[in-house]
Amino acid sequence: MLPKFWRKIRFRYGLIGSYCENCGNYYYPPRNLCPRCRRKGKVKEVQFSGYGRVLSWSVVHDAVENFWISKPYVVALIELDEGARIIAPLDCNPREIEEGMRVRAVFRKFGEDGEEGIIHYGTKFVPIG
Amino acid sequence: MVGIVSYGTYIPRYRIVVDEIARIWGEDAEVVKRGLGVEQKSVPGLDEDTATIAVECAREALRRAKIDPKKIGAVFVGSESHPYVVKPTGTVVAEALGVGNEYFCADLEFACKAGTAGIQICYAMVKAGMIDYGVAIGADTSQSRPGDALEFTASAGGACFIIGRNCIAEIEGTFSFTSDTPDFWRREGQPYPSHGGRFTGQPAYFRHIFMATKGLLEKLGLKPSDFNYVVFHQPNAKFPMRVAKMLGFGKEQVRTGLVVPYIGNTYSGSSLIGLASVLDVAKPGERILVTSYGSGAGSDSFSFVVTDKIEEFERNPTVLDKIRECEFIDYGTYVKFMRKIRR
Ligand SMILES: [Zn+2]
Repeated sequence: MLPKFWRKIRFRYGLIGSYCENCGNYYYPPRNLCPRCRRKGKVKEVQFSGYGRVLSWSVVHDAVENFWISKPYVVALIELDEGARIIAPLDCNPREIEEGMRVRAVFRKFGEDGEEGIIHYGTKFVPIG
Repeated sequence: MVGIVSYGTYIPRYRIVVDEIARIWGEDAEVVKRGLGVEQKSVPGLDEDTATIAVECAREALRRAKIDPKKIGAVFVGSESHPYVVKPTGTVVAEALGVGNEYFCADLEFACKAGTAGIQICYAMVKAGMIDYGVAIGADTSQSRPGDALEFTASAGGACFIIGRNCIAEIEGTFSFTSDTPDFWRREGQPYPSHGGRFTGQPAYFRHIFMATKGLLEKLGLKPSDFNYVVFHQPNAKFPMRVAKMLGFGKEQVRTGLVVPYIGNTYSGSSLIGLASVLDVAKPGERILVTSYGSGAGSDSFSFVVTDKIEEFERNPTVLDKIRECEFIDYGTYVKFMRKIRR
């Protein structure tokens, strides 16, 4: 678990994804190969602005042990302004969510490996305004 | 000219009012509010800690600075609530900012003045030519024992200052006054800090702030009336007002930077969020005095002179905007958020 988490720290903290110069599509998480262009693709690393809108969401009422204290919580499908889509926790009252709602990325705790383990940080979203 | 190139703040959006805490512990809310001059305090959410607060205020500062994060040569995070006892918060912040790997870094601890200590270190490093830009952060999610007097004020928040040349506020001088005074402490493994009760006043807070401020004024040959604003560490609203009077400052000079009535004592963030709220409205040529206080004990005093650069600097959202944007919670929710109850 530790090496897997460590390798992805950059992409979790900073919302870093990929951009294909051939077709103009953005991807998150980052990809080495453009699924549309395959070998013709020219993939570059890109830093997303962190702004986007909610396409769809789920309210989780029955959470696993680590997330039990946060229930009910929201996991949303968000379209970033650049075009990439990302599934991420959305910190807001489930009753206040609307389709198309504007959101922005924030840096939050995801969880921890028990009281003695490491703390996992990453990107969540909050409504704007 | 070395000073503040940019700044950012973060205040968690939850608030609990003094009346709610007083209701639970059978205290007279009016007496408490009058005694402390505090109405409410900020509370961190379940997924917030000192590292997340530090990252949020640092990202705001970086965005406003419009500088390449790779140009940052040092990151210092001052706190008394670092998420790890061993493993620096500064590394998490630097990674989230995209600083790269070539930077000086250490976590600082000096109760509520660890953030200003970070500003002094960055100031010295920039002056010495070791770095172009340094990041100094004061952030805390302070803990308090249920029912303790500290529970009315111990809150959460942080402020980040990017120190370098080409600044919006020049550091005109800095002076520290330090002694071994056990007014407030927390031993390894203890969940809540302990304090010396009334002892925290005279020989601790007042003596150190008074001596550091007096020392700075003498060093720079300035007097209280030379300053437009003054910010002192604010564990409550009464202490900074009283120490201001002792030093010869007026209430008007203190008011703009006094944020404790609305967000409580953010510990390492306290005097720094106060400074940020002054910078939010300051004009070129104005002079600001800031003196922090950290138990144990010491004070760092600074004189800042605002430059013309502040006029084109992005100051929104302001500290006041963040104070206003809040959601009130009851004591039960507060206890859950602070993880004071266990399943
Ligand atoms: Zn492509």
